[in-house]
Amino acid sequence: MQDRLLVIGGSAGSLQVVISILKGMGKDYPWPVLIVLHRTNSFESSLEELLSSRSHLSIKEVEEKEPLVPGRVYVCPADYHVLLEQDHTTSLDYSERVNFSRPSIDVTFRSAADVYGQALIALLLSGGNADGSDGMAYVREKGGMILLQDPQTAEVPYMPQQVLLRMTVDVIASAGELPSLVRGLPYR
Amino acid sequence: MEINPIQTEELELLLNDISTQYGYDFTEYSRASLQRRVQRLFAVDKFPSFAEFRYRLRSDGHYFSRFVEEITVNVTEMLRDPSFYRTLRTTILPILATHPFIRIWHAGCSTGEEVYSMAILLKEMGILHKSLLYGTDINPLVIDRARKGIFPMSQMQKYSENYIQAGGVKDFSTYYTANYHLAKFDSSLTGRMIFSTHNLVSDFSFNEFHLILCRNVLIYFERELQTKVFRLFDYSLENFGYLALGSKESLRFSPMAGRYRQVGKEKIWRKVSDAG
Repeated sequence: MQDRLLVIGGSAGSLQVVISILKGMGKDYPWPVLIVLHRTNSFESSLEELLSSRSHLSIKEVEEKEPLVPGRVYVCPADYHVLLEQDHTTSLDYSERVNFSRPSIDVTFRSAADVYGQALIALLLSGGNADGSDGMAYVREKGGMILLQDPQTAEVPYMPQQVLLRMTVDVIASAGELPSLVRGLPYR
Repeated sequence: MEINPIQTEELELLLNDISTQYGYDFTEYSRASLQRRVQRLFAVDKFPSFAEFRYRLRSDGHYFSRFVEEITVNVTEMLRDPSFYRTLRTTILPILATHPFIRIWHAGCSTGEEVYSMAILLKEMGILHKSLLYGTDINPLVIDRARKGIFPMSQMQKYSENYIQAGGVKDFSTYYTANYHLAKFDSSLTGRMIFSTHNLVSDFSFNEFHLILCRNVLIYFERELQTKVFRLFDYSLENFGYLALGSKESLRFSPMAGRYRQVGKEKIWRKVSDAG
């Protein structure tokens, strides 16, 4: 059970789902949670402030070379990819966009899978772009668990649909079921 | 979907080879990013095995040049983070303007877009003629491109928007000549620039500067190497000079943090006392 990591990826239409998942999580959540959301970098308003104001968790933006701590929620900064190092610290990367995205969900899923392998849980939410499905396939190959928001309950179903076209997932859950699913994960 | 063809230990072998054979030391680069880019190069160039990849790298100097170009990140833009440039314009450059001569170092400048951005600001303040801008990078190919001052026309609208957000009041297009899909920047800007290769890992200080910019380079380095590079910058910076970093980089964890004061909200620090 120790040293697992939950990575949540989402794009258009995923913010409300993320908020409800965070609301459902206890402060004593036993793993770190890393959130990769597509967003425009032209706004100064910070995502972690927005999420903090809507949950009681400790939420912070990923900084470079930072160790991931259980029970904390980390948000990828705008305009940087987030990678994981073998010692479970984060690295930032300003290289080319992937799937027109930086941060890219694929990049973080892949990197996290290299480090965490079977201990990784990846959850992909609503979105209008194909980012995330390569990463989901990779997480699965490395033995990790992959979870998906049911596209029928997604505001923008394209992103989770892309995953279902390519693979079956471990769990598929509606927007309404996701908070209790995530809350219960450590106790399954 | 391929499982990573290059294992962690294999990457270490590669880095050792490169260090011995070519004198480029990547062993203190952050592994995750390095691994990802080496992986990608391996896939793009369709090597059948790690052994062949390793052999090619050891035996073919031209291929090694390609390796350096591909594994270092060369993403940059003009007036990147406009608020940073606005602070330079309003707060930092007016102080530098009081000097009889201004030396600025862009360390890890890639294809030079930020050097040109700086030259534009200096020109608009009427101090370009007494400034020298040094642009350095580990990668000789990007330095060649920086020297030419030719950038894709497709970027100009974005750069023009950055320029306005950074407080520019002229027509940005007066700084370049458009030729089909290329924009060549004015020779009055390039005339004050010196481009050269320089490896932050192994090369020494080569001058004293009033302002050093190193943006989105240190994120690729492990902590100890970051500290080494900070020491190089500290040594190369005049007292009361400025050090500017990328938007997610910080001097906070370095041993010299106590001798520097951050300027406002931007990632700019002023050296307030010399090493004892």
